[in-house]
Amino acid sequence: MPRKKTVLRVNGRQHELALDPNVSLLQALRDLGYIDVKNGCEIGECGACAVLLNGTAVNSCMVLAWQANGAEIVTNAGLGTLDKPHPIQEAFADVGAVQCGYCTPGMVISTKALLDRNPDPSEAEIREALSGNLCRCTGYGQIIEAVQLAASRLQAERLAVAAMPTASLTRERVDEGSRSPGRVGEANPGSRRGRT
Amino acid sequence: MSLPQFEVVQPATLGEALRILSEVKDAAPIAGGTNLIVDMRAGTHRPRMVVDVAALRDLHGIEVTDTEVIIGAATTIAEMLESPILAKHATVLVKACSSFANALIRNRATVGGNLVTAAPCSDTAPALLTLDAEVKLASVRGMRRVPLEKFLVNAFSTIRRSDELLVSVRFRIPSATATGAFRKMGLRKVSCMAKVDVAVMLDGDSAGRCTSARIAIAAASPVAVRARAAEAALVGKALTPEAIAAAAALAARAAAPRARSEYKLRVVEALARRLLAEAALALTRGGSSA
Repeated sequence: MPRKKTVLRVNGRQHELALDPNVSLLQALRDLGYIDVKNGCEIGECGACAVLLNGTAVNSCMVLAWQANGAEIVTNAGLGTLDKPHPIQEAFADVGAVQCGYCTPGMVISTKALLDRNPDPSEAEIREALSGNLCRCTGYGQIIEAVQLAASRLQAERLAVAAMPTASLTRERVDEGSRSPGRVGEANPGSRRGRT
Repeated sequence: MSLPQFEVVQPATLGEALRILSEVKDAAPIAGGTNLIVDMRAGTHRPRMVVDVAALRDLHGIEVTDTEVIIGAATTIAEMLESPILAKHATVLVKACSSFANALIRNRATVGGNLVTAAPCSDTAPALLTLDAEVKLASVRGMRRVPLEKFLVNAFSTIRRSDELLVSVRFRIPSATATGAFRKMGLRKVSCMAKVDVAVMLDGDSAGRCTSARIAIAAASPVAVRARAAEAALVGKALTPEAIAAAAALAARAAAPRARSEYKLRVVEALARRLLAEAALALTRGGSSA
């Protein structure tokens, strides 16, 4: 079968590939080394392979790589690193919403998609948004708590940014522009570390 | 687990897509792929060629005209959930979409894919049946519009010919007083296939008489069906508890579950009774949207 030229833009990095048409986005991402995208059920039930595709959370096992040609893909590792975790990742760690951790990257991605659209979700809305992500270890109580904590931290962060004097806001915008391309979405990660 | 090999083509226009479907015998259209990819991975569907129709403009968008609502076949379930047009004119369909699979699947799965697959447990089919929806099929031979009820033939079987593409689904705007209701019964609250779906749509006059009734059932027969006898029993009657109970009992007779799932008859009856009561009550309160 003729290979399909596919450009995958993952966490700000561009990969130009020639792939067999039957390669899933999940497989392509893992082959490229994005192994934070987990291979679970491969039938769209578990959500361990969730990534953001142009800002929308999808199961990467149910997307063929060529279908993601040119799209902006963000994986859990693209949101933050161990040194500079995203507030969502930090909240999952702080609350202890992980046990084996296999479902966590997908949970974080679904949470990101939710909070981008709905910064102050109810518990029911959180459960609905995570309905495609299964955790088989520990149950969902702490995961829900982590999403609530992340939501309140992100909201506080946005409020703090909005309350900044104009001069420093301009400086922050400059900081924003110089961030590594893989980090997306936060209002102001630079100043976050200074606050509790 | 990798998928079997196949060729992929990405036609730029509907015409090109239809030409390919007419020329290549063993070609499968793909939009969201949430059914096709799973089936190909499982080896139950092995098309030689996959035709990408996801980007075709004719298959997108939710529009409302003076008389009709038209939904492009490649519209995702998530897009339908967020549509102000559907929120205004077809809450029964929005409710069906909100119980569809899970949040991640809803971002990929499309209404056209759900109808063409014709799974017994389709959630959009019963809602669209109560809206008396029609599907539009296109091929190089032309277009045809078919009532959804006729389109769905049997489990995983429709009247779509292999060279035809489902382009859109449409329904007349329900009357301002018509009111709809939908309920899914599954093994879990989310991310499950329906064990039974029931959708209803009622309309009435100022005297409290039922002027129109539509009841549809999924997952309790090989493919989603209308409960015509139950509907006929309601029209022209006052929506009393007795009339509702009688209609719900008739609705169960429209279902044809497999022998080991006889319990579904009782579920259909119970859900029909509850939904009809809900819709009847909403009607007496001046009607909500459909």
